[in-house]
Amino acid sequence: MTVLRRRLDVAALILLAAFFVAAPISAQFVEERLADPAQEARAYALHKQLRCLVCQNQSIVDSNADLARDLRIIVRERVGAGDSDVQVLDYMVARYGDWVLMKPPFKITTALLWLGPGLIFLLTAGGVFIAFRRGRGSAAANTPLSSEESARLDELLKDASSGGR
Amino acid sequence: MQLRFFVPITAFAVLAAALAFGLTLNPREIPSALIGQTIPDFELTALKGRERGFGSADLRQGDVVLVNVFASWCRPCRQEHPLFMDLAQTGDIKIYGINYKDDPDAAAQWLATFGDPYRRVGADLDGRSSINWGVYGVPETFVVDGSGQILYKRVSVVTPKVMREEILPVIERARLAGQEVSR
Repeated sequence: MTVLRRRLDVAALILLAAFFVAAPISAQFVEERLADPAQEARAYALHKQLRCLVCQNQSIVDSNADLARDLRIIVRERVGAGDSDVQVLDYMVARYGDWVLMKPPFKITTALLWLGPGLIFLLTAGGVFIAFRRGRGSAAANTPLSSEESARLDELLKDASSGGR
Repeated sequence: MQLRFFVPITAFAVLAAALAFGLTLNPREIPSALIGQTIPDFELTALKGRERGFGSADLRQGDVVLVNVFASWCRPCRQEHPLFMDLAQTGDIKIYGINYKDDPDAAAQWLATFGDPYRRVGADLDGRSSINWGVYGVPETFVVDGSGQILYKRVSVVTPKVMREEILPVIERARLAGQEVSR
């Protein structure tokens, strides 16, 4: 009885392990890989940098669109033929423009895109800094109260301490 | 005091205007990298039951022409098809077809059913030539001038409005430019 139970436990463990092992494998599409693992790794790295034109917010690794599959195959062919990474990306950019790159290149037309967030941060930080300095150094904070003001303040404090409503 | 209100309100107005403009743009439309470029070299085999295919040599004949990428499995292609039929009937503008990743029988059947406006059609069975044209979805339509330069690209359906307000004016302008060159 205990032997059977132990066997069942082992079987369950194996089944459980199988899920974890199988999951990452099924996440990729079944395709012909390059024979050389180093080249396949390079092709995969390039796939991740290329945007799927049909589904737009996915790289061609994540997309099961027909065109994404074709582009993955082309990347593998180029890598297999000895193209450098830059050559492969240039090949795609020549056909589909900078758009096909997940990470847009830094150019005059994209300067605002790259520098914009930093610029907005600096402007805001500068504004906050100036506002604080002005607040601390302002005339209202440093001049002593006039006699009328202190009389009024005393009155208010008296009210508060005697619990007056 | 005035400046303190002026700055944030102006900043907000500028941001709102920029975002409002952004809403009018179509994120699905990817600007073509090939406008102003020469057409890629390609040679496509004939459709089933035809003798001649379609290749880049056909497009460097001195005429401004249309190149339409279509497939029988593409529903929007049927929508724009009558426009090309009408245009072909006038005989004024030559239309060429690239049949994208289609089943040969289905493609032949499709043209037999809905009519064939194309001067020549090439079958791009593996889709490679279309990738060289920067095609990412059918239908797509290009205007190519007589020297083989791509002047214009339409992604998705050519509506009567697009034909009237975009494609025909581009062709007209290219023809005028071509006449001046030949004089």
